[in-house]
Amino acid sequence: MTNKILIIGAGQAGMQIADSLREEGFTGSITMIGDESQLPYQRPPLSKAFLYGEADEESLEFRNQKFYADNNIELVLGDAVVNISTTENGGVATTASGKTIEFDRMALTPGSVPRKLEIAGSDLDGVLYMRSLADARKLKERWEAAKNVVVIGGGFIGLEVAAVATKAGKNVTVLEGADRMMARAVCPFTSEYFKNAHERRGAKITLNARISHFEGANGKVSGVALEDGSVIPAEIVMVGIGVLARTEVANLLGLELANGAILVDEFAQTSNPLVVAAGDAVMLPNPTGSEGLVRLESVQNAVDQAHVAAKTLLGKRESYHALPWFWSDQADIKLQIAGLSTGYDQTVVRGNPDEDSFSVLYYKNGRLIAVDAVNHVSDYMAVRKCLTNAQTIPADAAADSSVALKTLVTA
Amino acid sequence: MPKVTYILPDGSETTLDARDGDSVMETAVKNGVRGIVAECGGACACATCHVFVADEFADVVGGPGEVEDDMLDGAVTDRREHSRLSCQIKMCADFDGLRVTIAPKQV
Ligand SMILES: Cc1cc2nc3c(=O)[nH]c(=O)nc-3n(C[C@H](O)[C@H](O)[C@H](O)COP(=O)(O)OP(=O)(O)OC[C@H]3O[C@@H](n4cnc5c(N)ncnc54)[C@H](O)[C@@H]3O)c2cc1C
Ligand code: FES
Repeated sequence: MTNKILIIGAGQAGMQIADSLREEGFTGSITMIGDESQLPYQRPPLSKAFLYGEADEESLEFRNQKFYADNNIELVLGDAVVNISTTENGGVATTASGKTIEFDRMALTPGSVPRKLEIAGSDLDGVLYMRSLADARKLKERWEAAKNVVVIGGGFIGLEVAAVATKAGKNVTVLEGADRMMARAVCPFTSEYFKNAHERRGAKITLNARISHFEGANGKVSGVALEDGSVIPAEIVMVGIGVLARTEVANLLGLELANGAILVDEFAQTSNPLVVAAGDAVMLPNPTGSEGLVRLESVQNAVDQAHVAAKTLLGKRESYHALPWFWSDQADIKLQIAGLSTGYDQTVVRGNPDEDSFSVLYYKNGRLIAVDAVNHVSDYMAVRKCLTNAQTIPADAAADSSVALKTLVTA
Repeated sequence: MPKVTYILPDGSETTLDARDGDSVMETAVKNGVRGIVAECGGACACATCHVFVADEFADVVGGPGEVEDDMLDGAVTDRREHSRLSCQIKMCADFDGLRVTIAPKQV
């Protein structure tokens, strides 16, 4: 009998598990513990509306204080689980402040931390990362005074910050170590578009960048030195070179890991029968039904996997099948991705990149598997619906941009 | 604070005070009104915050913007005349008393 559920990690996935447990009718106790001090909040706006000043801290919160009280969800904030053990039917967790919390079953949703760039000068003030509200506040405090911003890593978050900075009239340089941007997520065509688009908006972009060290004065960063001897001035350096799953608690429990993340099955079950896990910190069977394990760092995955995890906690088994989707807003460029393009063997481009509106359809063995849509919501929605319904769109017909995609959907 | 009433798919109603400038979606979600899923948190990227604006408020609230319009085309519940994505309606004094019906299926 499950009466007491503990959720470790009060972020996107943790919040959703708590909410889904109540929605599913669970009446036992729910305790959710998070090591950040503010009410659980959304991260995506941190590098977008919050940085622009269009959203305040309160608007980032998932729910208000009253919601947690009304739904009898006990929140323990600003405290971390530092010790934990389980027996056959339950366990007990200890927090940094010395609290002990007993549970029958547990959900682990600890998210991830930014990968650190460890080079000379990396502890200088102004070398920043972007994962939490605390990180975003640091960036904002230094924002006004900074004329020169260097972004290290041409991934989604780095490019979002770069877009806000160029719009604010700062000198922006993006240093990407690979030969194209967002290489893990999109095809070379989309990468090339984003390079050009950011350059047209005023950013300087260096691919294959080789960074040597940070320069500074009085403890503050003043520039980024490259291996060729050049130095790019910077009062802010934003490092966005990927994230690592947080596995402290998983390691205390001896949970099985895969590629440094918590391994779960299609029911969000970890190698410990009392423990489920969801969100950025897990490695999961591909939810599109294709072979293999994937790690998905997105709101969609955190939310959808959390639904499954909540059901598993209550003994209702429902496997995780969903179409992954993602968005990234970079200034006036709205990128929307649906499906997973890994393993594609053909692409079809629709629309015109020079007009900042196009889409790339990805195919594998003749079937549509994913789309990157740039300011092209109609194509994005057409593909999303099509893939959700396990349908396809013939590539040759899709190549004619004048025809609406939604009219071409077939079984 | 302007008031907004949500008519849920089961016909029940909930009225809330909105913080000026908060969207119709945020007001619902933060207070735990079910039915508005709002997966993307208001980025106009998911179409899971679909509502129908009551006829008498359709003019004052206005129609969807361009991106929102295309998103609505793909919403899970077919769009109707006064369909809007509730994350794109920001509450203000003019909208006091607004009534919206939550679309029955969001995902
Ligand atoms: C700046 C930024 C922009 C983003 N933009 C987008 C976007 O546009 N679209 C999109 O789909 N996704 C975006 N994402 C990704 C999305 O926010 C994440 O995928 C999502 O937050 C993952 O949810 P999670 O619950 O796994 O982790 P989190 O939301 O990070 O929550 C984990 C929480 O657990 C806490 N925690 C960890 N260990 C412990 C412990 N031992 N004790 C107590 N608490 C602990 C952490 O401090 C954290 O608060 C963005 C992320 C960032 C950082
Ligand atoms: S909340 Fe996602 S479109 Fe409105």
